[in-house]
Amino acid sequence: MFEHFLSLFVKAVFVENMALAFFLGMCTFLAVSKKMEAALGLGIAVVVVQVVTVPVNNLIFNLLLREGALSWTGIDGAENIDLSFLGYLSYIGVIAALVQIMEMFLDKYVPALYNALGVFLPLITVNCAILGASLFMVERDYTFGESVVYGAGAGVGWALAIMALAGIREKLKYSDVPAGLQGLGITFITVGLMSLGFMSFSGVQL
Amino acid sequence: MEGIRKFLDGLEPHFHKGGKYEKWYALYEAVDTIFYSPPSVTKTTAHIRDGVDLKRIMITVWLCTFPAMFFGMWNAGYQANMAIANGYGALDAWQTGFASVFASNDPSSLWDNLVLGAAYFLPIYLTTFIVGGFWEVLFAMKRGHEVNEGFFVTSILFALTLPPTIPLWQVALGITFGVVIGKEVFGGTGKNFLNPALTGRAFLYFAYPAEISGDAVWVAADGFTGATALSVAAQNGMDVVREQFSWWDAFIGAVPGSVGEVSTFAILLGGAGLLATRVASWRIVSGVFLGMVATSMLFNIIGSDTNPMFAMPWYWHLVIGGFAFGMVFMATDPVSASMTNQGKWVFGILIGFMTVMIRVVNPAFPEGIMLAILFANLFAPMIDHFVVQANIKRRMLRNV
Repeated sequence: MFEHFLSLFVKAVFVENMALAFFLGMCTFLAVSKKMEAALGLGIAVVVVQVVTVPVNNLIFNLLLREGALSWTGIDGAENIDLSFLGYLSYIGVIAALVQIMEMFLDKYVPALYNALGVFLPLITVNCAILGASLFMVERDYTFGESVVYGAGAGVGWALAIMALAGIREKLKYSDVPAGLQGLGITFITVGLMSLGFMSFSGVQL
Repeated sequence: MEGIRKFLDGLEPHFHKGGKYEKWYALYEAVDTIFYSPPSVTKTTAHIRDGVDLKRIMITVWLCTFPAMFFGMWNAGYQANMAIANGYGALDAWQTGFASVFASNDPSSLWDNLVLGAAYFLPIYLTTFIVGGFWEVLFAMKRGHEVNEGFFVTSILFALTLPPTIPLWQVALGITFGVVIGKEVFGGTGKNFLNPALTGRAFLYFAYPAEISGDAVWVAADGFTGATALSVAAQNGMDVVREQFSWWDAFIGAVPGSVGEVSTFAILLGGAGLLATRVASWRIVSGVFLGMVATSMLFNIIGSDTNPMFAMPWYWHLVIGGFAFGMVFMATDPVSASMTNQGKWVFGILIGFMTVMIRVVNPAFPEGIMLAILFANLFAPMIDHFVVQANIKRRMLRNV
């Protein structure tokens, strides 16, 4: 069991890295990677949100949305109800609500982190890496335990990637990029080259 | 020597701003610094000056690749001549015809092997040098920086990682990607974050896998399939490797493989030079080595019934594939490696660990060192950042 979870985690972090293998969550990935501190903060926030939202969405999918999921209510014909067309709506709603709750919680109890994250915390709501993880979870039919591990792995992988990018971009401040490529242009090339480095994991069977 | 100085000084005004050949200043500067160290003096606050400049460092690396290069040429010829002696036809290529003018195909003759190997390797190197040099000079002229000796190193390292039979147009394409995307878009030598030679090779590896991996590309003989020791190990296990190659063969380098990677002995010879002149960081080299030893021992202990690579001992990991070449020449590239001392250890160990991981666990790639180094390059700035932050924190505590 432990081995299975470990391989799932490693797979989510490296082999199926959200940012560098699937190119999900690119908007914040590119926008918030100028400084290591901000990248670290956002990375932690993404990990926390992933660990919470993926399992919650797992419960929602398995107990409410999937075909026959409502049979526990005992209503007549419940086993034929298929609400999975509500998936996107529910997942994004859950994500938005959870981010909101987390924001209020941090504001009240951990103001230092709240101030450090600033606008990035609400931005996480629209980060496609978060929705992507929930959708992958549904598609691959993870159990509740698996979804916790997968959420953590997806978050850690994304956080690792954005921190590496932030490190590289801090270093690139001293480089001499052609005028037409400065800013986002060179960042796109950088991310492309980074995913070349992550190719080392493609093909790993875990 | 006086004459050359006078000649160059006479030319110099033409290349300065407003001169006839202003655009070509980069080329003039490159030729000048081949003969003389630059005359420029610092105008700001005093600092320590040393005779070791970028040029001398780069030329040292370049010279240190020579044992591996000459041995690689001999081996490329030896492998081909052995195959021909065993009844395979010579490869239908102009290189074979060229070599046959100067030498026959006797595998026991040093000269014959060297000539045939050179006939395959030198065009690769020349293509690399001309095409890569073209981009280097073009960017230098357009962007107003100097042509840098770093390209000597990039070109030789890139050429040495290729199989002898690779088509030359792919060589040109690979070095173009390495120099332009891997280095020049960031502003030239010292400003890139990936090793340019490896970037170019990785590009070729994923774009044209048929010509740079597999069994048929390592020996320049028609229809001959000679797998590298690594792919034999991945497919058939260590026992078959031991039957086909002895450890000493692999150490000396008489095995099929990329031109420069085969001889661990010649590479270590060059590596000793690099370490003695402190051009390569001993921390990185030791880190890579220790990381590899520790990880392969871990896999030895875990063991596996289905995957024979688990059982490969560390002294075999060292001598087969490109491990030694990557450890000595690629990982120690000072630009793309970590800069801090502790960071270098972490960086090196990460490479050693990842190499064995990819070799053993990833069935898609038999060789891991190239991708492992690129992977560690990505994290080098991040590692440095945390080392620096830890230093700051420690010193703050000390001085409160």
